Amino acid sequence: MMGSENQGFEEAHLFASREEMENLVLDEPLSNHSNSNNNHQNNNSYSSYRSATSSLSDTTHHPLSPPILATPADSDPLLSPPLCRNPNASDNNSYIEPPSYADVIFSPFDENSVNEINGLESTSQNPESSLTLSRSPSFSSDYIKITVSNPKKEQETTNSIVPGGNAYFTYLITTRTNIPEFGGSEFSVRRRFKDVVTLSDRLAESYRGFFIPPRPDKNVVESQVMQKQEFVEQRRVALEKYLRRLAEHPVIRLSDELKVFLQVEGRLPLVTSTDVASRMLDGAVKLPKQLFGETTAAVAPHEVVQPAKGGMDLLRLFKELKQSVANDWGGSKPPVVEEDKVFMEKKEWIHDLEQQLSNASQQAEALVKAQQDMGETMGELGLAFIKLTKFENEEGRFNSQKVRAADMKCLATAAVKASRFYRELNAQTVKHLDTLHEYLGLMLAVHSAFSDRSSALLTVQTLLSELSASHSKAEKLEAASSKIFGGDKSRIRKIEELKESIRVTENAKNAAISEYERIKENNRFELERFDKERHTDFFNMLKGFVVNQVGYAEKISNVWAKVAEETSGYARDSS
Amino acid sequence: MITAQRSLSGSSQSPRSPSSQPYLSVSVTDPVKLGNGVQAYISYRVITKTNFPEYQGPEKIVIRRYNDFVWLRDRLFEKYKGIFIPPLPEKSAVEKFRFSAEFIEMRRQALDVFVNRIASHNDLQQSEDLRTFLQADEETMERLRSQETGIFKKKPADFMQILKDVQSKVSDVVLGKEKPVEESNPEYEKLKHYVFELENHLTEAQKHAYRLVKRHRELGQSLSDFGKAAKLLGACEGQALGKAFSELGAKSETLSVKLQKEAHQLLMNFEEPLKDYVRAVQSIKATIGERGNAFRQQCELAETMKLKEINLDKLMLTRSDRVGEAEHEYRELKAESEEATRRFETIVRLMNEEIVRFQEQKTQDMGIAFHEFAKGQARLANSIADAWRSLLPKLEACSST
Repeated sequence: MMGSENQGFEEAHLFASREEMENLVLDEPLSNHSNSNNNHQNNNSYSSYRSATSSLSDTTHHPLSPPILATPADSDPLLSPPLCRNPNASDNNSYIEPPSYADVIFSPFDENSVNEINGLESTSQNPESSLTLSRSPSFSSDYIKITVSNPKKEQETTNSIVPGGNAYFTYLITTRTNIPEFGGSEFSVRRRFKDVVTLSDRLAESYRGFFIPPRPDKNVVESQVMQKQEFVEQRRVALEKYLRRLAEHPVIRLSDELKVFLQVEGRLPLVTSTDVASRMLDGAVKLPKQLFGETTAAVAPHEVVQPAKGGMDLLRLFKELKQSVANDWGGSKPPVVEEDKVFMEKKEWIHDLEQQLSNASQQAEALVKAQQDMGETMGELGLAFIKLTKFENEEGRFNSQKVRAADMKCLATAAVKASRFYRELNAQTVKHLDTLHEYLGLMLAVHSAFSDRSSALLTVQTLLSELSASHSKAEKLEAASSKIFGGDKSRIRKIEELKESIRVTENAKNAAISEYERIKENNRFELERFDKERHTDFFNMLKGFVVNQVGYAEKISNVWAKVAEETSGYARDSS
Repeated sequence: MITAQRSLSGSSQSPRSPSSQPYLSVSVTDPVKLGNGVQAYISYRVITKTNFPEYQGPEKIVIRRYNDFVWLRDRLFEKYKGIFIPPLPEKSAVEKFRFSAEFIEMRRQALDVFVNRIASHNDLQQSEDLRTFLQADEETMERLRSQETGIFKKKPADFMQILKDVQSKVSDVVLGKEKPVEESNPEYEKLKHYVFELENHLTEAQKHAYRLVKRHRELGQSLSDFGKAAKLLGACEGQALGKAFSELGAKSETLSVKLQKEAHQLLMNFEEPLKDYVRAVQSIKATIGERGNAFRQQCELAETMKLKEINLDKLMLTRSDRVGEAEHEYRELKAESEEATRRFETIVRLMNEEIVRFQEQKTQDMGIAFHEFAKGQARLANSIADAWRSLLPKLEACSST
């Protein structure tokens, strides 16, 4: 569900895989990559690896942003250096940090960072770090890489009563892939948000039971409030995220709907969700016929595999509603129950998980804000002291003032450095903890999939009830007609009709049952996938978060240790 | 780089050779809440250890309250014009806050520093009022203190001076003389400008320092909340992943405690010294005010004297019988004028010495504050790094199962 596959290809050449790193030879410390402002006295034997990566990152590397440091391989005691407890030691045990170019993206120094999000390397998802467990064994073999860019304003040309018409935005959707089913390696189309809604609706119909990534909101009200540009950019980012998630789904990435959406130029050739009014009309036309028994009252098999949609089949809706009420309030057990105890437990557990995720997601946001505030205030403190330094230097008459100015400068510089580190730490923290938000969003998809299952079951139950009702009706008619000598012409005709309707309903029931079973299987498949991917993603999140904290805490500690040393002359005798 | 101002500085430890070196060391300890409701206040134990001959004995303990310290400061300010009187912590602000443990401790620390600065100042330590403060019994202290709280803080003699000042000002206006009574001393102008600017810069720095304390508390709180949420999520997840979340949550909570501790340290050892610095600058501003007053007095008396002189000469020329009287007045005025000039010049001299002492002291004070700040931040960052680092092998173990 997360973006490891699409990321992997680009970044694979920049980072050794986890196995490679663990096998690095450790004995010879190579020449240190000396970072001017960070004096790491690195006897760290990972410097060979580090200098390899840092030469790549040099050009984009700001001297104050964290250098790429190697990670000790925790699993092999022979390879990992003893953990150093001395707070003043250099970071011998620093861990690899997220790729420097990703840091540059979020670095406060780089003004171009915002532009890089559009179109180029994707940074909106978690960057691949060699510490991450890869989700699929062959992450670099097949890929679909989607980019959304270039929003353009266009006019609604069709029958608009209002002169000037409605304006809307289209987005350029560029896909690069090596999957043969696409029949092409690179293509672009223009789509508008309405098309995305259509895609999403069609997928929901075709892939019942699957955890389909939820599409971005329509945000009707907000769009009036926000600045147009802001809104468009937000939407662009959201669309890109959505399409990438679709492309990661092992089943949906190969769907016709997605293929068509990504490839077919011009108007999107998917059935749009027709407006409610005509659907209502549709259903209203059908209903009288059904009520007066003029059509075969049964639901056609092909319609059975669709959930009862408002308007399309009012009668079916009524029946299923009746059934569900019977299920809930009736004393008798419904003909088929959700017998999968495992599933029921899972469902409850998912509910609990969702609550905890929501809570954790909230606290994660608060944590991020607190880290950000810390960085900001630290920076402001530094700036205030820089002003003081300048002031004392300019207006100072005494040597003691010069000394003080020097001390202040030392403190101020450290505070500004620490402030930058806090902000970088935070940018990374956001990326890692974002996983919580993403999974929370996914809960919607899970609920949908479960409700697909419930409604399919309801359809089966409804049909079974109907069948059983029809059978008993037929029995009654037969019993009554057999009492009349020579047969009852009207009754016999009725029996024939009933038998025909039973046959159709029987077929529908079988279709409904196989649909239900299919959805059950989809649920199971997805739950398994969800479990596995969630494990991987959460572990990666935790590790990434922790590594990040360690790395930056070490840097910040070094910064202050230096100041403590330089001011150690002032240390009290008593301390 | 370090000025050794430690010989007579206050510390609650006794010096090694009690008989040889003269010492006066004071400590303000043991805050106790007394009284009820609106009348409630904090009293402190003030312990004096000294071998100064003027003092009653080697050790004395008295009970004092904040207003007693205010009395001492006001007396010193009156008597020792030109010297930068050490600043006092502010009068309490919000009622609720007044008896919080943190506030009480901060105030106690500030009062201790206040008295010790006086005790280690070559001139101020000789003050009789200081002796009174350190030794008098509570009733005497209360009597003295209440004398000062009236609106008429000034003695009758000062009253006359005020009236005279007003008189001369009025006559100046009547005579159409709008004298700019400021010193035309460029060095002094620079100093005044420096002092006023310094206060602005320091106030800003102190503001950010205070905010930084708050940020530490907030980060601590958010880590605690996040930790709890992680633990709950861990309980839900169960198995290896659940364990990982639980461990993360536990670490988070541990770090939250460390952050709260550091916030307190930051408040006491960094923000408070900065506030103290601001107060010290404000005290200098008060001295600048006094110097201005003294200068004006000197000028006015010199003017008046000149007028009297002219008048006297006139009288002498006319051989008036009022000469004797006029001569007498003139001599009196001359003495006063010389006195005023002497007072002014003393202030100038003292200020010049004080400014050197002040700068050196502040470099020292700030140096210590910066050192403590840096040490605290490094210590905090290290515990954070250690705590998270210790989690990594556990995460590895969990993820490989």
